[in-house]
Amino acid sequence: MLSSGINVLFEGSNMQRLLGGLLITAQIAFISIIISSLLGIVVGLMMTLKSRVLQFVFRFYLEAFRIIPILVWLFFVYFGVTNMLDIHLDGEIVAVVVFSLWGAAEMGDIVRGALESLPKHQMESGKALGLSFWQLYRFVLIPQAVRRMLPGAINLSTRMVKTTSLVVMIGVIDVVKVGQQIIERSIIDFPAASFWIYGLIFILYFIICYPLSILSKKMEMKWES
Amino acid sequence: MKGNNKVLLEIVGLRKTYGARPVLDDINLSIHKGEVVVVLGSSGCGKSTLLRCLNGLESIQGGDIKLSGKSLTDKNVNWQEVRQQIGMVFQNYDLFPHMTVMENILLGPSKVQKRAEKEVMEQASQLLDRVGLLNRKDDYPRQLSGGQKQRIAIVRALCMNPEIMLFDEVTAALDPEMVREVLDVILGLAKQGMTMVIVTHEMGFAKAVADCIVFIDAGKICEIAEPDEFFSNPKTERARQFLNIFQY
Repeated sequence: MLSSGINVLFEGSNMQRLLGGLLITAQIAFISIIISSLLGIVVGLMMTLKSRVLQFVFRFYLEAFRIIPILVWLFFVYFGVTNMLDIHLDGEIVAVVVFSLWGAAEMGDIVRGALESLPKHQMESGKALGLSFWQLYRFVLIPQAVRRMLPGAINLSTRMVKTTSLVVMIGVIDVVKVGQQIIERSIIDFPAASFWIYGLIFILYFIICYPLSILSKKMEMKWES
Repeated sequence: MKGNNKVLLEIVGLRKTYGARPVLDDINLSIHKGEVVVVLGSSGCGKSTLLRCLNGLESIQGGDIKLSGKSLTDKNVNWQEVRQQIGMVFQNYDLFPHMTVMENILLGPSKVQKRAEKEVMEQASQLLDRVGLLNRKDDYPRQLSGGQKQRIAIVRALCMNPEIMLFDEVTAALDPEMVREVLDVILGLAKQGMTMVIVTHEMGFAKAVADCIVFIDAGKICEIAEPDEFFSNPKTERARQFLNIFQY
């Protein structure tokens, strides 16, 4: 019976464990998002410079993350790179590294697109006022680009939150893994455990991602007026 | 002509090419302090490019430009310093849309020239008052009409206390009704003795404001004359044809 199954959520320390798993998921996601955003601005800025070498390097970097599945990246760094360098890295650290690199590449492309979409004469009228290169970016171009890149950046952030579910594959116990463990242990007593546990996880992901959407809407509205 | 004054900007044999195609060829022109030079010519003749060369927005391939005797083709030229002395206003009234009118005006003086905000604000208020827009100082550019934006852009450039002002077809994108208010501001500057180089298609205005008309055709200076003479009795056939187009 479904109605009796919901108790599985409150059995023992199940709820606490699930929330603990959620914290790991959120940690990996948000640390990666923050690093990606900062690195992404730098990457995006460099991509707009008219250097062929830089453009080629960053193009290659971006494509490497677009073409190769994130799961392969996680395996490659967690098993391959650590093995080669003969070090041990914690799964969470590897996850943050891979997600940050991926995020920085994608965020860089979003920043590049936003900067390039600005009218050329914005840059020229800034130059004509005698602004230096950095002042031009800091006061004129980046503030305008941020507004244009917001929808893309929020979209990327939610994608990153969702993709953290791959980290179970390198041994990180995130919210999904905790859920699986609880289901395996309780399936005899609670045949409907899968429904309730995954149902809760479903809602938990929603709770993390939805505020991001709201935030982006709010900021867009604020800048509209 | 105000030939007695010292030469502020001197252009010697300037050449500009895009690839193999010459855009400006052997341009020689001296602009004296307080002089208003109006550059005329049909679309694509290179007159806007000439202005852009003067403050380093375009590189030049030959010749020299001297500001107060100092060469701007020198490798060590500091464009940020030069551009503080050469104000420029563009066709598309390029105010920064994320800043209020006052913030737009303060940006250069406070960040580039590191002047005290209070002092700049006073100057800005005076200038805004002069163009009749002091009451709009806290508005954003999108709340203003094209003519108003262009007047603000002029104030923004003036607030840097430039030696010379460049105007690149500043009324070309404006609704005809708003052309006058912008031209009046420029005419006012001319009366105060501001040195200016103006590219325009407004012939009546050119005649009224100019001390000297420079007519450019196909990248070369075709004729330099005083306005009365140029408009009533152009020396070259090309200038005559050009003026005919503007007279019905």
